[in-house]
Amino acid sequence: MIDFGYTIWIPLIPFFMFLILGLFGGKMKPMISGYLGTLGLLVTTVLSFFAAYQYFFQRTGEEAFEKIIASNTVWLNITDKLHIDVGVMLDPISVMMLIVVSTVSFMVHIYSLGYMKGDFGFSRFYSFLSLFSFSMYSLVVATNLFQMYMCWELVGVSSYLLISFYYEKPSAVLAGKKAFIVTRFADLGFLIGILILSYISGTFDFEELTNPEGAMISQGTALTFMGFSAISVALTLIFIGGAGKSAMFPLHIWLPDAMEGPTPVSALIHAATMVVAGVFLVARLFPLYYLGAPDVLTIVAYVGGFTSLFAAIIACTQLDIKRVLAFSTMSQIGYMMLALGVSGYGDHDGLGFMASMFHLFTHAMFKALLFLGAGAIIHSVHSNMMTDMGGLRKYLPITHITFLIACLTIAGIPPFSGFFSKDEILVAAFHHDKVLFFIEWAVAGITAFYMFRLYFVVFWGKETHYHHTPHESPLTMTIPLMILALASIFSGFIPFNELVTSDGHGFHIHTEWAIAIPSILVGIVGIAVAWIFYKKESGIPAKLAASLKLLYVGSFNKFYIDELYMFITKKIIFNRISAPIAWFDRHVVDASMNGIAWVTNSISDQIKELQSGQLQKYGYVFISGVILLTFAFVYLWFN
Amino acid sequence: MNLQSFLLMRHEIMLTLALVILLIAELSTENKKGIINLAILIFLVVTVVGFVPVPEGSLFGDMYRTSPLTVMMKNILNIGVLILFFQSAEWIKQPEYNNKVSEFYLLIISTLIGMSFMISSGHFLMFYIGLELATIPIAALAAYDRLKNISAEAGIKLILSSALSSGILLYGLSMLYGTIGSLYFTDMGEAFMNTPLQVMGFIFFFAGMGFKISLVPFHLWTADVYEGAPINVASYLSVISKGAAVFIFTIILFTVFHSIAPMWKNLLYVIAILTMTVGNLFALRQKNLKRFLAFSSIAQAGFILLGIIDGGELGMASVLYFVLIYIFTNLGAFGVVSAVSVASGKENMDDYNGLYHTNPKLSLLLMLALFSLAGIPPVAGFFGKFFLFTSAAHSGYYWLVFIAVVNATISLYYYLLVIKAMFINKNEEPIAFFKSGLTTRIGLLMCVAGIFIIGLLSPIFEILRSLSIGI
Repeated sequence: MIDFGYTIWIPLIPFFMFLILGLFGGKMKPMISGYLGTLGLLVTTVLSFFAAYQYFFQRTGEEAFEKIIASNTVWLNITDKLHIDVGVMLDPISVMMLIVVSTVSFMVHIYSLGYMKGDFGFSRFYSFLSLFSFSMYSLVVATNLFQMYMCWELVGVSSYLLISFYYEKPSAVLAGKKAFIVTRFADLGFLIGILILSYISGTFDFEELTNPEGAMISQGTALTFMGFSAISVALTLIFIGGAGKSAMFPLHIWLPDAMEGPTPVSALIHAATMVVAGVFLVARLFPLYYLGAPDVLTIVAYVGGFTSLFAAIIACTQLDIKRVLAFSTMSQIGYMMLALGVSGYGDHDGLGFMASMFHLFTHAMFKALLFLGAGAIIHSVHSNMMTDMGGLRKYLPITHITFLIACLTIAGIPPFSGFFSKDEILVAAFHHDKVLFFIEWAVAGITAFYMFRLYFVVFWGKETHYHHTPHESPLTMTIPLMILALASIFSGFIPFNELVTSDGHGFHIHTEWAIAIPSILVGIVGIAVAWIFYKKESGIPAKLAASLKLLYVGSFNKFYIDELYMFITKKIIFNRISAPIAWFDRHVVDASMNGIAWVTNSISDQIKELQSGQLQKYGYVFISGVILLTFAFVYLWFN
Repeated sequence: MNLQSFLLMRHEIMLTLALVILLIAELSTENKKGIINLAILIFLVVTVVGFVPVPEGSLFGDMYRTSPLTVMMKNILNIGVLILFFQSAEWIKQPEYNNKVSEFYLLIISTLIGMSFMISSGHFLMFYIGLELATIPIAALAAYDRLKNISAEAGIKLILSSALSSGILLYGLSMLYGTIGSLYFTDMGEAFMNTPLQVMGFIFFFAGMGFKISLVPFHLWTADVYEGAPINVASYLSVISKGAAVFIFTIILFTVFHSIAPMWKNLLYVIAILTMTVGNLFALRQKNLKRFLAFSSIAQAGFILLGIIDGGELGMASVLYFVLIYIFTNLGAFGVVSAVSVASGKENMDDYNGLYHTNPKLSLLLMLALFSLAGIPPVAGFFGKFFLFTSAAHSGYYWLVFIAVVNATISLYYYLLVIKAMFINKNEEPIAFFKSGLTTRIGLLMCVAGIFIIGLLSPIFEILRSLSIGI
């Protein structure tokens, strides 16, 4: 048995970094705090990789991967059975997430040294990054639902802080608020779900909750609530929390706006790590979902499938490159959710689960690469808009090559990693539900199209007039790009089917060419269409937009979901419901409270006289008090 | 008596030794600063040594008893006094006190010896001697500024009121002795027969304790004495002296009077409501910060009764926990008031207008302490109140908890008044910026640490709970 006690330091080091940078960052030279934060992350990255190596490759025998509790402390004892613990649990998915979080976070730390250089609040930025890393690490290694919930909120807070990092910009502040409120709203579902689950099972512990032979599942299905089993209700609510964090339709509206944050933040939080927390949550409770509430999994699959299609269509018309990437993120997370939804449990049935985790991993690499590349582009042309770009391949050679690699990866062209993970998802979907399969197959084509639209417009296209010649970014920014590009190319060869599976047992897979070839073809078609439309300036996109006006305008305006929300909240909730309540509150509740306050104050004025300062009077009150109490109690007591 | 029995009394013996050393130092040196440092140093040693674990046992034919519980109580008090010593060093360095520096320390340590004996007593005689030893020197302390009328008045008021209360308490004890024939706690607990005379004796005893804890209607001396006495003495009275009385009161109620628990629970019910409400109502309109804190401490005493009324382990643990937090919190508040008073001589709430702009750190600290007093999470005061309310609710006193919650809300109002004064109100001439000495800062930092750590460190409550006893 290997001692994994040291893994406790993986979350703790960023936490201490956060304290140090938060308390003393203002007094340091900005660069020093940047180096400190990066150094802390370097140490945790090394620890994470070491832990992964030990976990995956130094196990004894060929048994299944087990859940290992590396450390655990009881934090709050509610009852003897129900207690809130804080600890570190290692299992295939948490170890995998450790790798994802530390790799991307470390890259972003290095990248930001160049990207954020000279920005106001440089050390504040690094202290927030450390806070985020701490929260995310603690989230993925959580031993129980409650710890996960706390960290869930903490990543929400760090995301809020980082989105509104440029707090002088009103749009950034608004975006931060929007992200926080929408996800908080979803988290309410999560919290209620946790409470129901803990009520049924009397535990928060993942190990007990997800034990396939545990009593939990039979108890949960036996209890019913409004015709649904309690466990379905709880898991649906928990999924709502996950959908909020992972920007699933219709709770996705915060993610595009979250792009107001600095680009490295978008890469770290809103592409690679935090937004996949919802997927991670479902994966974490997967046995419970599959054995206790398979109907909920169907919901998960369809929500994922719909979101991926919906977001992909919107991404085709957006002009802000970060927003294109944001919608692409939504679409890819939709893939992951769908894969979980169509998965079974155990051995080869768990293909979807494995594919989802696989795609989570590869997506984290290539999407972080895309965002960081976008950051490098924005850095050099000082604009987010595709209309301000064109022909950049001459000026930004490294960014160009790495961006191309990322685009090929997301388009699912072999041998890049995206091909492998997406292919597994398609296979899993094909064997479970043909409708979902065809949706995802189409989305694969659309994805290739909009990514290459972005690529051709930015790097080829017509050169616009630049105020000053764009230049390649410094090494601190290009090195992370190159490393992530390597990861995007090669992570497809990691044998996920041996390592990260639903029940810990490895199984064999083989490429089903009957599915792989159409998916490659549709990707190539998407690229080809983008080539024709955008390689050189052509009138085709405009004509097409004119002929499909309704679809184009709808997609360009993100199908008016934001406006719908505004209509419901402002027109209906605020005007029709809140306004009367506010009136009642002001004129009835407040008035009576003011009345009480007035009475209290006047009594206070009246009895001030009692405190006269005369000792005789004090003695008098004292003795009277004694006598009164004596009479009262002797009388009352003996009657 | 052997060495072992000396070890049992180590708190009292250490304190007596400290007293003797300080007395010798006073006689042999003119260096006032040295005496202050020596006092702090000695007390630091006393506090640390107090934590060394020693077996429980009893002495003098069970008149003196010690157990992990009493040791913990004494340690809690010691910590409070240590903080107070740090905070008061700068105040006492002022030239006007030059000729009576050691007097302050000698008197405080004497009262602390009294309190320790009181807490460890197993016999009412021992208890009474401790009580008096803990009271009379405080009257001298209250009159420490004897050339100021207001301070002299405070001393006189305290000694006269306490004479009255001691008289009544003794009267009550004599009734109990007359009916039972023993003053040993263990004997009395078994022989209590619950006759009207005994109940009357109990109420007389209760009045005497109520005086020490300043429960309504035995509280009237509090505001005048706090206002007149030097700030550090007032803070000693409101924190340590009150804490000690609460401790022994709880022990006696749980051991000696356990057979009439339903009766004293009713009594406490009434007194708790009176104390919280009256304390709050008076505090609402106070302008002098010392008077304000006096009334706030009366209201806080009312909250403490919610823990006692439970009568179980949970209740006693929550009382201990609350007092521990209260020591840090109230000393924090008094510490800031004292620092400001030493630097500027100002003690009124209006003088604090705009303090944040000149002394941000002190203002933040006072805000923290007041938040803790008001019971706002996540500072320790919240957890203290939370456990008190939980224990009262645990034994079914829902209405009492409801009234306590209402009172906690009212108290929030006047605590916020001070915060508003510091942060929002404008002032033409705010108190100028000043820098406190090292000792003051250490004292205040200890309070801040306590306010943050005690609430969040759950093992503390568990330890207190494991020591506690129930009826």
